[in-house]
Amino acid sequence: MELPVATVTQHDQWKVESQVFRIYDLFGNLPPNAQSVMIELQRDNHIEYLTRGLRQLPPSFCTLDASRPWLCYWILHSLALLGESVDDELEHNTIDFLSRCQDPSGGYGGGPGQLPHLATTYAAVNALITVGGDQALSSINRCELYKFLQQMKHPSGGFRMHDGGEIDVRACYTAISVASILNILDDDLVHNVGSFILSCQTYEGGISGEPGSEAHGGYTFCGVATMILINQINRLDLPRLIDWLVFRQGKEFGFQGRTNKLVDGCYSFWQGGVFPLLQRVRSIIDEQLVLPDAGGHSTTNGTHTSTTSSISEVGESFEGTSSHVDDACHSRQEVNFNDIGYNFVKRPIEMEPLFHSLALQQYILLCSQEEKGGMKDKPGLSRDFYHTCYCLSGLSVCQHMWSDEEDSPVLPRALMGSYSNLLEPIHPLFNVVLEQYHEAREFFTRD
Amino acid sequence: MDSDEEQEWVPLKNRPEWSDVVPVEQDDGPNPVVPIAYKEEFTETMNYFRALYRADERSPRALQLTTEAIKLNSGNYTVWHFRRLILKALSADLQNELDFTEDIARANSKNYQLWHHRRWVAEILGTNATTQELEFTKKILSHDAKHYHAWSHRQWVLQELGGWEDELDYCHELLEEDVFNNSAWNQRNFVITRSPFLGGLKAMRESEVSYTLKAIVAHPENESSWRYLRGLYKNDNQSWMKNTQISSVCLKILIAKTDCIFALSTLLDLICHGFQASQEFRDAVDALRNSDLEQAESDLAKTICSLLETVDPIRVNYWKWRKSMLCQDAN
Ligand SMILES: [Zn+2]
Repeated sequence: MELPVATVTQHDQWKVESQVFRIYDLFGNLPPNAQSVMIELQRDNHIEYLTRGLRQLPPSFCTLDASRPWLCYWILHSLALLGESVDDELEHNTIDFLSRCQDPSGGYGGGPGQLPHLATTYAAVNALITVGGDQALSSINRCELYKFLQQMKHPSGGFRMHDGGEIDVRACYTAISVASILNILDDDLVHNVGSFILSCQTYEGGISGEPGSEAHGGYTFCGVATMILINQINRLDLPRLIDWLVFRQGKEFGFQGRTNKLVDGCYSFWQGGVFPLLQRVRSIIDEQLVLPDAGGHSTTNGTHTSTTSSISEVGESFEGTSSHVDDACHSRQEVNFNDIGYNFVKRPIEMEPLFHSLALQQYILLCSQEEKGGMKDKPGLSRDFYHTCYCLSGLSVCQHMWSDEEDSPVLPRALMGSYSNLLEPIHPLFNVVLEQYHEAREFFTRD
Repeated sequence: MDSDEEQEWVPLKNRPEWSDVVPVEQDDGPNPVVPIAYKEEFTETMNYFRALYRADERSPRALQLTTEAIKLNSGNYTVWHFRRLILKALSADLQNELDFTEDIARANSKNYQLWHHRRWVAEILGTNATTQELEFTKKILSHDAKHYHAWSHRQWVLQELGGWEDELDYCHELLEEDVFNNSAWNQRNFVITRSPFLGGLKAMRESEVSYTLKAIVAHPENESSWRYLRGLYKNDNQSWMKNTQISSVCLKILIAKTDCIFALSTLLDLICHGFQASQEFRDAVDALRNSDLEQAESDLAKTICSLLETVDPIRVNYWKWRKSMLCQDAN
């Protein structure tokens, strides 16, 4: 008898499954005290790995020479999640270095003298907010930054990553996130962004980088966070988005980025981080569920139906004429865009987490964690600062999913391992540690 | 190859054609964070690059220097940007750019800059580039069939330059090779909804439904085909709910009792949209229940949710939530 040959997808998947299950078997067969050692967050080793990277990087990092503000953010944010701050000298050096990446006409480049770029601008701003203090926060030239954001704005509603650069959902998120946290978000920047993001929600339910591309974890986080920041989350089909999202968590316990792709620790944040966003828009999800056919025709509520369908048509054709849709959405309720992020974390959580939080924590701690410090994509691969940042961010999201108010204690049932694994909570729209967010908010809303 | 090139590298300060240029050091400050221990070749190339970039020198030697800089770090978007300014100023032969980007892709094709550059070049070359671009992406996809950038580029080529004629066949080929390739299913959706030759989603629906149902029956555990099926009815849930072929396939899979998760979740969605399940469906779902573990529910949708909580434990919270939402929209 001829056995069917496995496809590439199946072959790769089975290989990873067997690696992951071997680790879980090993863990399952250990006595309890050995288990608690294995599930421990290797704090000191992570801190050492991160701090060393901030001080010196080997020649292999030449390929990240245009991403140095990202390196700053990944490292500093990881340290902040661990409750660790760097010493005064390193803080000062960070502020000085990022100032050299800041373009005189606004925005931050990937290194000193490089063109300003939206992604590195997001990274630099978040890094400086993470450092905190007046010196760091006042080093950001908000006036020029606003002009840079306006220059990157494209008639489609999207943003270009840099002068003449690509337009995608990442660019929208990084622009809107930065503008929101710096208190400079306005109608001009928001104009048509919602239509662009909407045109990227695919038939699967998730969000792609550009219209027509495949639904993807990174873009889904960016798209959802952007829609919340511009007060248009109701335009997305949330039940379909949730259905796609929950299916990204697999039997390896971690998240994959796309349907039938392999698990990867960084999606702990890109996919897992969408859940705390959804938890706080429960009423909108409920509304859409009660009108399950809002996307097309039928049912009772004529207004909702026609609004949604006309918007999706507009989204597909990138005409400049679609402005009335945005206007209509805005006039529905007067809202100060810059308060949305602040009010968002004050909203009560009215919904249990819809994914398996303990399982995800297990994947992060047992499969993504490098014992000698740092985090990685999956077993067999090597650690890096990007995966360290997003595995830790995802871990923090898991731990704080049940905490209703900002200061309420984390319950033992929310936590995999002991309390020594507990990380600082983040602001889920910006992915900066909450305490630092509040300091920045206060600083940037001062007159 | 690489080591040969490294050995051949002559420092720019020793090359007579560069003797008039004063290199510009990177302004890293006295104590930079995340400092990279650059190799000499990297530092020197970038120092000369900075000098020309600052002087805005759009010359053949500047073009050559960007080639060297990009080879050292293909993620440096500033260098790519300057390269485009030079190419425009020199009215350079853009055919060479296609070779150049292909060369860079060979070392590392997962990079936004390379694909953005390629798109810029193809846009200028216009329909002359169509075949080449489709072949180029096909080649990349033959090594990595889910390459995100390659698929985005291919979609851009189809939309801007054309070449739709064989695309549905190409999707079919890829799915024959690997029916779990979600990127190929996504491309199939792209083609049937946007190709100017196929008449759009509605015209294609019937044949696509039977194509997809065949794939589902062969692999009921394949999420990609189920999501594709659902996508065929985007904004038309009523036609989806009323298509008896779809509910029949669900029933068939439930009766077979293996890999039922997507059949169950599809049946749940159908019921939520008004599908009236017959006794056959109830019997098939009941037969899957472990009567000791789950309480019998009078309501079929609730029973399905409870069943999914057991057979799909990673999503237990989701199915509980779905169940809780059933009470609300029951009317
Ligand atoms: Zn990753």
